[in-house]
Amino acid sequence: MSSAAHTSPETSQDLLLSLAGVTKRFGALVANDAIDLTVHKGEIVALLGENGAGKTTLMNILFGHYVADEGTVTVASRDGNLEQLEPGAPQAALDAGIGMVHQHFTLAENLTGLDNIVLGTEPIFRLRRDRSTARAKLGELMAGSGLNVDLDQPVYKLTVGEKQRVEILKALYRDARLLVLDEPTAVLTPQEADSLFAILRKLAANGLAVIIIAHKLAEVLAVSHRIAVLRGGAKVGEMLTSDADHKSIAELMVGREVPASRRTPREPGKPVITLRDVTIDRGDSRRSLHGMNITAREGEILGIAGVSGNGQAALAQLIAGLDKPDSGTVEIFGETVTKFDAHTFAQNGIARIPEDRHHDGMVGSMTVAENIAIEDVRSPEYQKLGFLDFDAIRKRAEHAISDYDVRCPGPDAPARLLSGGNIQKLILARVLEKSPKLILANQPSRGLDVGAQSEVHRRLLEARQGGAAVILISEDLDELLTISDQIAVIHAGHITPAMPTDSIDRSELGLMMAGQKAATNANHASTATNPGETA
Amino acid sequence: MIRFEPRSNPGPFLVYGVPVLAAAIAILLAAIPLALAGAPIIEAYGLMISGAFGSVFSTSEMLTRATPLILTGLAAAIAFRAKLWNIGAEGQLYMGAMAAVAVGAGVIDGPSWVMIPVVILAGMAAGALMLIGPTLLKTRLGVDEVVTTLLLNFIVLLFVQMMLEGALKDPMSMGWPQSEPIIDSAAFPALLERMRVHIGLIIALVSAVALAIFVKRTIWGFEIRAVGENAAAAKFSGISVTKTMILVAALSGGLAGLAGVSEVAGTRGYLATDLSPGYGYAGIVVAMLARLSPIGVIASALFVASVFVGADSMSRAIGVSSYLADLIVAMALLCVLIGGFLTRFKVHFDRKSAHG
Repeated sequence: MSSAAHTSPETSQDLLLSLAGVTKRFGALVANDAIDLTVHKGEIVALLGENGAGKTTLMNILFGHYVADEGTVTVASRDGNLEQLEPGAPQAALDAGIGMVHQHFTLAENLTGLDNIVLGTEPIFRLRRDRSTARAKLGELMAGSGLNVDLDQPVYKLTVGEKQRVEILKALYRDARLLVLDEPTAVLTPQEADSLFAILRKLAANGLAVIIIAHKLAEVLAVSHRIAVLRGGAKVGEMLTSDADHKSIAELMVGREVPASRRTPREPGKPVITLRDVTIDRGDSRRSLHGMNITAREGEILGIAGVSGNGQAALAQLIAGLDKPDSGTVEIFGETVTKFDAHTFAQNGIARIPEDRHHDGMVGSMTVAENIAIEDVRSPEYQKLGFLDFDAIRKRAEHAISDYDVRCPGPDAPARLLSGGNIQKLILARVLEKSPKLILANQPSRGLDVGAQSEVHRRLLEARQGGAAVILISEDLDELLTISDQIAVIHAGHITPAMPTDSIDRSELGLMMAGQKAATNANHASTATNPGETA
Repeated sequence: MIRFEPRSNPGPFLVYGVPVLAAAIAILLAAIPLALAGAPIIEAYGLMISGAFGSVFSTSEMLTRATPLILTGLAAAIAFRAKLWNIGAEGQLYMGAMAAVAVGAGVIDGPSWVMIPVVILAGMAAGALMLIGPTLLKTRLGVDEVVTTLLLNFIVLLFVQMMLEGALKDPMSMGWPQSEPIIDSAAFPALLERMRVHIGLIIALVSAVALAIFVKRTIWGFEIRAVGENAAAAKFSGISVTKTMILVAALSGGLAGLAGVSEVAGTRGYLATDLSPGYGYAGIVVAMLARLSPIGVIASALFVASVFVGADSMSRAIGVSSYLADLIVAMALLCVLIGGFLTRFKVHFDRKSAHG
């Protein structure tokens, strides 16, 4: 965190964007309530808020996707005059030099980086393509910012971090003066995130204004000059980053004190699940495991760290009962598993929290109650002679809704009406209610706001305290370091021996995630293949 | 600029009103081709209504038409619910009819209370098997069931032709390619004296109600809904997608087969290659008009049958092509699809921006 990053250019002639009294209502819901926000040239402003706080609506108004009911959006023109931006006109926003980098990239994977960048800026009918001016301009942009990327590679060959650079270059190539980044670090390793921040600081130093939408507080504190916090559609706080601290921002965001997740020391018990030399070969390194050995014990959270796409999916499929090993054995509760079947696993006390909660975790058109009971409809508790006992199902749902604070219109409402955080609570209620012995939590708090995240952690820690073994697959190092007892790093289908969390150095973990460093403090006798040998 | 915004919860008017409105609009739109054909429009509508409802006979004819449409509509509805795109109801219908003829044309005999269930079960089993094959190919090998079920229709029809020229041929038919008639004890009794409408209608109505209860209230129905709406989530939660698909195939194929039994044992009395004027395909339209609701299938099958019978009778009376019926049904389907879209999305007409 450089101290220079915190000196904000505050002179009014540098004002680039000013939102004044922006209000947007959807029926009875006030999505944005008289929000004021200014951004100056060369300034990085972090827009913080829980899901549903109104960040996206505000940005949609800025980009002309929505028309504000009240309030104005003013942008300084290139010669410095403040002009009101035409409401509801995306083209006007683009012309005014506002660029956006979405969380999910909007790149054509089969085209090169250069193709993607110039796409849409060239005339359609021309016999020869002249890319030399484009190259010259991009070369200048890259040199000035450190946004280095091989523009002649097709996009699918690029890493996630490189794709993001292409996205940023795409915006800059269109002469963006204000860059909006939506959750830019969600997909990056800590090292990649750090280098992104360095680039953003450099760009800001060259006069670019940046709005970064985020929820990871540590990152916001590291990169921004100023922080604006939204809650329930209103701006509840704004401060210079130099005056801000972690705890106070978190409380501003959720409007109440956020309980810090803390592990209470606990002696782990017997092994609950042991993988011995498990190999799954699916041809694709992202979906394969090579000679994997891990053990999770009662009352222990085993964190699996790694950059997305290094075999986590294969591991999760295996523990969820959706795939079986090509070779090697899986022992659960002391017995070698012979039948890999999701239904059997779920009925035998394995709680499974899927990575993609919308895609794998719920059936949107079915009711909340049906979604809570979905794993158990065949158990005699919920059916007689094949006919569902809807009273029992509804009763369970009512309990779950109140115990897990699932915000929904009721047990009979379709599950698709729920927000991401509430879907996750629904899934927690589904699997944790049954006091599982083993919990597979795959990215359990990804995309959730601070409040919901801390709720997920509290539930997992509670289950751990109750003697469950938890396998926590996560890309969020803060999460892993906070609640895991042990951490193993997965890279290209190989896993390091588990290391006690307290002995782990963050940057070392980052290197291991990148496959550049072997585990140094292996304290378990283990035959795990060393990732360093293959990287 | 036009924008579409998803509705979170469409009200009862949208859910039930839109299909009715769509059907009404389609009938009104029929005025355009009627006018182009130079027919007296008001009189034509009157003839259409009396053709379908004007007498006991015409209503009986309409209900006779509706019977196979309800069954093939249910076959399509249950399959589409599970996202099993069964386009092969026509073939399954013919296989069901052929199985009914195979056991019900004198090979075995017994009292009606034995023979009728026997022909029904034989027909349903044959129809079910016809769809289970393509379904296994889909779940095991990923073969597109749209292609396999559609093409099987033609194979089945040729097979039926072959059998009618051979093993199943009625020696008393004077050379016509048709089967021996269903024996009296296996034939579906008529509901009204001297009318064609038969107990197949009751069987179809009971099937619709039973299917509605099955889908809504049983674990198998629950699993079918889960697999159809989100197969990934169903699989994750431990529901066997393959088993569920095979169950759906058995139900869907069985219902289409039952339509064949009902036609052969109730309406026609023997099997010929013109047994069905495309009931299997029309069932898809019926199911779509009903938005895949089993009870809705009853209403939409009655609508489609009235349009066909009414337009038939009208076209005979004033000399307009009876293809008008197909036109009305097709327009009703288009209207329902558009209506269905408007049910799910709100349309906003935004102020046109200067930049377009």
